Amino acid sequence: MTEMPTVDLLPLKGSRCDQCDNVAYPVSRGCQRCGAEAMRPIDLGRRGTVWGFTVQRFAPKSPPYVPPAEGFTPFAVGYVELPEGVKVEAILDCDDPVELEGQVAVELVATHPVPRFALAPTQES
Amino acid sequence: MTDVSIIGAGLSPFGRQPGISGREMAVTAIRTALDDAKLAWQDVQVAFGGSDGAGLADTLVADLGLTGIPFTNVKNGCATGGSALVSAINAIRSGQAQVALAVGFDKHPRGAFDPRPEEWGLDAGFGEAGLMVTTQFFGIKIARYMREHGISERTLARVAAKAYRNGVLNPNAWRREAISEDTILAADMVNDPLTRYMFCSPGEGGAAVIVASEDVAREAGRRPVQLLSVAARTRQFGSFEVFAPAIQGTGTPSSVSADASAAAFAAAGVRPDEIDVAQLQDTESGAEVMHLAECGFVEHGDQEELIAAGETEIGGELPVNTDGGCIANGEPIGASGLRQVHEVVTQLRGEAGDRQVPGSPRLGFTHVYGAPGISACTVLGV
Ligand SMILES: [Zn+2]
Repeated sequence: MTEMPTVDLLPLKGSRCDQCDNVAYPVSRGCQRCGAEAMRPIDLGRRGTVWGFTVQRFAPKSPPYVPPAEGFTPFAVGYVELPEGVKVEAILDCDDPVELEGQVAVELVATHPVPRFALAPTQES
Repeated sequence: MTDVSIIGAGLSPFGRQPGISGREMAVTAIRTALDDAKLAWQDVQVAFGGSDGAGLADTLVADLGLTGIPFTNVKNGCATGGSALVSAINAIRSGQAQVALAVGFDKHPRGAFDPRPEEWGLDAGFGEAGLMVTTQFFGIKIARYMREHGISERTLARVAAKAYRNGVLNPNAWRREAISEDTILAADMVNDPLTRYMFCSPGEGGAAVIVASEDVAREAGRRPVQLLSVAARTRQFGSFEVFAPAIQGTGTPSSVSADASAAAFAAAGVRPDEIDVAQLQDTESGAEVMHLAECGFVEHGDQEELIAAGETEIGGELPVNTDGGCIANGEPIGASGLRQVHEVVTQLRGEAGDRQVPGSPRLGFTHVYGAPGISACTVLGV
């Protein structure tokens, strides 16, 4: 699966509730926990851990799916738990889905059309 | 709540029926339920019903007779039948009517459901990236659950194999061929760890239930089943649902099925361990595994042993989805919730034929779950 450039990448944007501190993604107008409207935009950072995932084995229906130019290949999709507590749905780059087992650390590599994460570089490198 | 009974239940055939519309299936189900109740359409005083994509229920009067009754359309996804039933029950309890109808039907085309991101309040990019796929949610949820609670892939296969086996015993089921656990495990992977044979398919069918006041239920010749409780809920904060760009909150996600089932058990004054026969939403076999715990029948993780011991089979301690569930009957969204009620009514009356639960079951439970985080449960008794 393709490597994505990490340069100049903006962090994910979410919202934090002024009333109860709940963190939402994407940017929200109302708080799902307390109903307050006082949601303040925040950066959600770029690092997280894999909370859960599956593999999309067949090509989703087009439209709306836009397959890559080289054609569909299975991809991993799941939720990444961010330090703020919210888990964000994302495409997960990997060579083999087994690499994603065990709450591994991942790093944001793209934000559009949906968040995309790849295995984080190891500590030594 | 002991003042409302089911006095009639009916189904149309389930599965592909070329040339027969969803509305026709609904009419078949209603006429079958009326015959079962020994009533005529003219006896129904109020009606509620709907489909997800097969038309408006209130237009069915064109085929049933224009009696002038109030007929409310319901469109509530997988909870359409459950919501219609709640409304029908409330009509009896309030004294508005003595006899009320709940009906649900659908006729979905082949293949996956076809949701549009905009209708779900999502960015178009969600669809372009390939995330508008309902089966991904089920794969992610059960994969995490299996790691956390020690559920094996064999257990997923056992649940699916049971559904097909029960379908063989059910003359009205769509899938009526047994499939072995090994074949289920070896089939094409859809979304890991779920293979093709572990999922239900969008299907066709209609289901209808007639509820009545105590006075009507007591009349000679009736075979009433008491509606001990019904509860419908939407998701609370922190839940994990299909097409969710995020799961908010920390810790284990909340469960709308846990909320609805707990409310239904509390209102009925019945404990889960008293239930003799249950219907649990089995969109895929992992859902049945998780719903066993979410609805309070077992602790998380204990399903592995329970299912291996055969306790959810027709002859087991807690028979689940005795008619083959959604896996063997398909998923006509509007009809599934009332199909479940029909099956439990049939079991409690002792009329389920080859698939009858032995030992004269007295208490039954039904549970539907669906997008975007809704659940409806009933407790029934004789
Ligand atoms: Zn808040």
